This record gives sequence, structure tokens and C-alpha cells, in this order.
Amino acid sequence: MRSLTQQPFRTAVLVLVWGWLLFLVLTPNLLVVGASVMTRDPGSFISLPLTLDAYRQLLDPLYLEVFLHSLYMAAMTTLVCLLIGYPFAWALSKVGKRNQVLLIFLLIVPFWTNSLVRTYALKLILATNGLLNNGLMSLGVIDEPMQLLYTEGAVIIGLVYLLLPFMILPLYSVFEDLREDYLRASHDLGAGRLSTFIHVIVPLTLPGVLAGIMLVLLPAMGLFFVPDILGGSRNLLVGNVIKNQFLDARNWPFGAAASILLTLAMAFLMFAHRLSKRRIGEDGV
Amino acid sequence: MNRWLPRTYLTLVYLLLYVPIVVLVVFSFNESRTGYEWGGLSLRWYEALFNNRAMVQAMWNSLWLALSAATVSTLIGALTALALHRYRFRGKKVLNGMLFVVMMSPEIVLAISLLALFLLVGLQLGYVSLLLAHVTFCLPFVVITVMARLSGFDERLPEAARDLGANDFTMTRTVLIPVIMPALLAGWLLGFTLSLDDVVVSTFVSGPSYEILPLRIYSMVRVGLKPEVNALGTLLLVFSLVMLILSQWILLRSKR
Repeated sequence: MRSLTQQPFRTAVLVLVWGWLLFLVLTPNLLVVGASVMTRDPGSFISLPLTLDAYRQLLDPLYLEVFLHSLYMAAMTTLVCLLIGYPFAWALSKVGKRNQVLLIFLLIVPFWTNSLVRTYALKLILATNGLLNNGLMSLGVIDEPMQLLYTEGAVIIGLVYLLLPFMILPLYSVFEDLREDYLRASHDLGAGRLSTFIHVIVPLTLPGVLAGIMLVLLPAMGLFFVPDILGGSRNLLVGNVIKNQFLDARNWPFGAAASILLTLAMAFLMFAHRLSKRRIGEDGV
Repeated sequence: MNRWLPRTYLTLVYLLLYVPIVVLVVFSFNESRTGYEWGGLSLRWYEALFNNRAMVQAMWNSLWLALSAATVSTLIGALTALALHRYRFRGKKVLNGMLFVVMMSPEIVLAISLLALFLLVGLQLGYVSLLLAHVTFCLPFVVITVMARLSGFDERLPEAARDLGANDFTMTRTVLIPVIMPALLAGWLLGFTLSLDDVVVSTFVSGPSYEILPLRIYSMVRVGLKPEVNALGTLLLVFSLVMLILSQWILLRSKR
């Protein structure tokens, strides 16, 4: 190995990169872990002694209910995204190559555009005298406007609208890799359509499904501005609780503990994703 | 199989994705204040926007922040990608892992961890804290874009440069940089857009001294409907779209 002085460029690059990541990624995360086991302090946010109170507070029925409701809305969001996205990705992988480029482009446009603005656009449609209600009333489908805004449904619609591309893209990539000869082989071996779907297509697309779940489920618990704009005060996400604890209630240990809960959920999903990929690898695909 | 069904389905989902955006754009030219009824074509909301001093200031702040965050993250991201690609060093997996974690972890987790750090070291929340935070969440995207470009690259070129007597720095400047240029541009544009659109992280790490656009929009849309937001949203959409088309064009052209 050559000494430091002989490779100043290499040294400079590595120091810069490591420095940035240690200071702005590792340290902050350790701080959050630390804050979660400290005592709440009105002056300096956190103080000694060490305690697990914050984690106990997570189990407080009041918050437990909020978390479970948030998990429920996130799970519904993920389910709806999967139900819409799975056939969508399948159909997309069957389109001719030329059109595919354009269609993928149309799918990533939302990723590049302001999600806040798009959530607000939904509000224009869902409001009591918004386009949907007005439209349905003038068609005579309903007599008086439905309460769409500030409901659980509105939050789920908002989350699906923002997160659908994140479900579709990983699914699309597994459908792209799905080889026609497997399907033909399955057919030649006497499997029907349903049987091929269950025994061949589903297992082979499972990593995509899990990647999609990972990319949808977690943000669906964190995007606090969606309930703020569409959901009213009764349909909160874990993200709203964390934001509240850090910016308003100033209870850092509790906010930190809630965020660690989210991180653990992420770690679990990543682990499941990895496992499913490995299993397919071992099956010799 | 029936070719009709998949196509109808695709069209339907795309319609659902784009209807709200179209509604927003159309209503931004609406004369009426109520926001639900069509009152005729008008540019009054755009005028209101540009006559609002605080709004214009927030626009400039956002643009400047996005510009600097994109530039810094492209610089550091490119160097990181080069280091990961070229050098063998201890803890390479850890480095990779940290970038992956930044990209995958929920934004809000990143946001509070950075807030904790900034308050701990006594950094006043404002431009600098926003810049550090934005560079951090843009970084993995730049690294990935540049790595993708490097992975299809002829390894003999840097070797040849070295044989001809170039040191690491010279080789990087004369051989590697030209090769990864398209990825640098694409990464820069992506970083710019990510920064311009961020709400979650900015909510936590910005202070009253530096107001940026997404936060201003956020405070506006929480209560009721504001026609100015339609105009502002439309401007942002067009802006992002131009950036996206530009970056895709650069990447596609470089592949040929």
C-alpha cells in the first residue's frame, strides 16, 4: 500500500466523503437513539437520567390508537397501490418498447413534481363544493354533496395518489425480467393459467412486490402533510405525531422513540425483501 | 390475450394520475375567486403572485437553495461514486450501507435526526442548515446516477492514462470526468428538483430567517383553498417538467 502523501487525491476524497456521512448521517441517527432513552426537559429538550419512559409512552392507549390507525391507513394505501399497480406493471411490460419509454416517463413525472402541490390539487376535486361533488350533482347521481374531505378515505386517496409510482416501478422491473419461456414451460407441463400465476408468476415477482411495499408502506406513515391538508385532525399519521412532539409539544424522547419505531419497521421490511431475493436466487433463476 | 383490456386499464390509471394536475393548471387561469366555478380566463392569480413581495423573496430563496444544494451534492456525490468505483478501502460496505439507509429511510426520520444535530452543535436554523440537509438527502441519488454511468466504462482507459504518467488527480480530470459528464448533469438536475420540492425535511430544519417556497405553500394550503396556490403550483410543475425532460434527454443522448 502506498503512503498517504503519495495519494493525496485519494485521501482527500475519502476524508471528505467519510466526514460528510459520519457527521450528517451516523451522528444524527445516534443522537436520535440517545434522545429516545433520555428524560424530557423543557429547557434543553433532553436531560439525564436515562429512562425507557418514552418507549412506555408509545404503549399509552391514546397513542397506541393513533399508531394503529396510522398503520391501518398505511396498510390500506399499500394494498390499494398493490391492487392497482400489479396489473398495471404487468400491462406496462407488455407494451411495445417505443411506447414504453414514454409511459415510464409519464410515470416518473410525479416523482419530480411537488407532492404538496399535487395533494392540494386533490383538495380541489374532493372538496364539498369541489369538482367531484359538483359533477355528480349535475349528473343527478347524488342530491347533496358528500363529505369526502377530512375523512380517512381522503387521506388514503391522497397517499395512494402520491405513492403509486413507487409501487409500480419495482413491479415493472420484475415483470420486465420475467422470461416468457418459464410461462411456456409451465403451460407445457400442463399448468392452467391460474396455476401458472400462483406457482410461477407470483413467486418470481415477489421481490418486486416486497420492494414496492417497502417504498409505499413507510412513507405512508410519515407524510404528515397529507392528513394536514386532506384528513383533518382525526386521521393522523405516525409522521404527524413525530412532528408534533418535535416542533410543538417539545417532547423529544417520545418523538425519537416513535421515529425509531419507524426505522425498525423499515429494517424489518428490508430484511424480508433480501430474504425473498435470496430464495429466488437459490431456486436457480 | 385480449389486447384491449390492458390498454384501457393503462389509460384509465394514467387519467387518474393526471386529472388533478390538469385541474390545477386549468384553475390557475380561472378568474373566479371561489376556485370551483369557471369565471373566465384570467392571469390575475399570477399577477397576485408576483406582486407579493414575501412570495417572490421565498421563490428566490428556494431557487438559490436548490442551486447550491444541487451543486454541492453533485460534487460530493461524484467524488463518492468515483471512490466507490476505483478505490479499495476499509469500510466500503459501511459507506454503501449508509447511502442506502439515507435513501430508504422515511424522510421524517432523517429530518428529526438532522434537527437534533443542528441544535446540538448550536447551528442557527436557516440557509446553512437547509443546505446541509438538502445535500444529504440528494447525495445517494447523485451517487447512483454516476455509479450507473461508471459501471459501463472501459477500465483500460484509466490504466492507459496512468501508464502515460498521469497521477490520480490528472487522470480523474482528463479521463473520468468527461466520461461521467452526462451523469453529473442528470444528477445535478435531479438534486435541484428534489431540493426545490422538499417539504418534510425543510419543515424541521428551516428557520424564520430563510423562508422557502414549499413551506410557504404548506402554510397557505393548510387552511382552505387559495387560488394563488394554483398559479404557483402550475409554475412549479412546468419548471420541474422542463428539468426532467432536460435530464432524460441528456442521459438518452449520452447512451447513443
